[in-house]
Amino acid sequence: MAIEIRVNGKTHRLDVDPDTPLLWVLRDTLGLTGTKFGCGIAQCGACTVHVEGEARRACVTPVEAVAGKAVTTIEGLAEGDTLHPVQQAWLEEDVVQCGYCQTGQIMSAAALLDANPKPSDLQIKTAMAGNICRCGAYDRIAKAIRRAAGEPS
Amino acid sequence: MNVRPFVNRSIVASLISALLLIAAACGGGAPEQNVDDPLTAVAEFASIGDEAARSKALFVEAGRVIQHPRCLNCHPSDAHPRQGELLAMHEPPVVRGEDNHGESPQRCDTCHQGANVDHAGIPGHPAWHLAPLQMGWIDRSLAEICEQIKDTERNGGMDMKALLHHMEEDSLVGWAWHPGGDREPAPGTQAAFGALIRAWIETGAHCPDGEEGAHTVSAAPWNADCQSCHELLFE
Repeated sequence: MAIEIRVNGKTHRLDVDPDTPLLWVLRDTLGLTGTKFGCGIAQCGACTVHVEGEARRACVTPVEAVAGKAVTTIEGLAEGDTLHPVQQAWLEEDVVQCGYCQTGQIMSAAALLDANPKPSDLQIKTAMAGNICRCGAYDRIAKAIRRAAGEPS
Repeated sequence: MNVRPFVNRSIVASLISALLLIAAACGGGAPEQNVDDPLTAVAEFASIGDEAARSKALFVEAGRVIQHPRCLNCHPSDAHPRQGELLAMHEPPVVRGEDNHGESPQRCDTCHQGANVDHAGIPGHPAWHLAPLQMGWIDRSLAEICEQIKDTERNGGMDMKALLHHMEEDSLVGWAWHPGGDREPAPGTQAAFGALIRAWIETGAHCPDGEEGAHTVSAAPWNADCQSCHELLFE
């Protein structure tokens, strides 16, 4: 069954089972490997993408659920050569240690700031609680989000 | 310019192992599915001669559904959904949000789909969301819940007809009898539950009192493993 999805502004017509997880389609079918497989059960946040601007865990989202909708992955977050403010802040705060979770962290943080441009520290903690970082870089993640929000980091 | 995460295979394997351990520790621990827990049929209450007493008894029986984890988990009296048979804190930690659908970037549909996702153990329904705060049932006695259900100020403005429809026909409520996975279904069937509510309304919608009316279900305290996860993450 053919399913049409729009990823990072480009429309793809896919011949995949409708219940295939979006993550599989992104990584294996479209070759967009920036989105990571972590736990596979929506407990870690590594696979977070945006669907119509809202954060979604791609590992548990059947591709049929996003048919005709706009999907944004980490590869499509920047505007051309201009990084998204969260990506820029990530570099400036030197957030990354191993880097495996950062795609999901950045996508969640971007969705947070889209919905709440000036989150409090508690709101940042609450919002990012679904994204696990094995390296324990939470302090730097929060700092980068504050920086991206234009607050003192 | 794109940001491309770099990957180390051994780190990935370790991360996945750690995550699976966390998921196992925080999964809610549902027991074996209960396949035979019928509700007492309305006809069985005919022997209670006093109509008010019959009405109260009908509600107490319906209360076995209302105070079942499948219903209580999404009727919390605070800002957080619960999960599992012990009404454990939702993992990952989430908040109800202004529209009871969570707060970005952790809206209900960030993870919950239009149907259950069995491989991940995630329940689903197209309308997955929390009941409004004023409809919270956890930590409230059955008598308090009964009064609350009848109060249009606290039940979303539902008259008895709308209330009956919610209980008897709403498909999100109906999920409680077909929860899938290893989740225990609510007692009986939605039709039997609806019949109890209908009969309760027809007998004057009296609320239970005394010992039966005092029945209260409280949420489980934080799972110790999850508590330590969160202290590690955020404290």
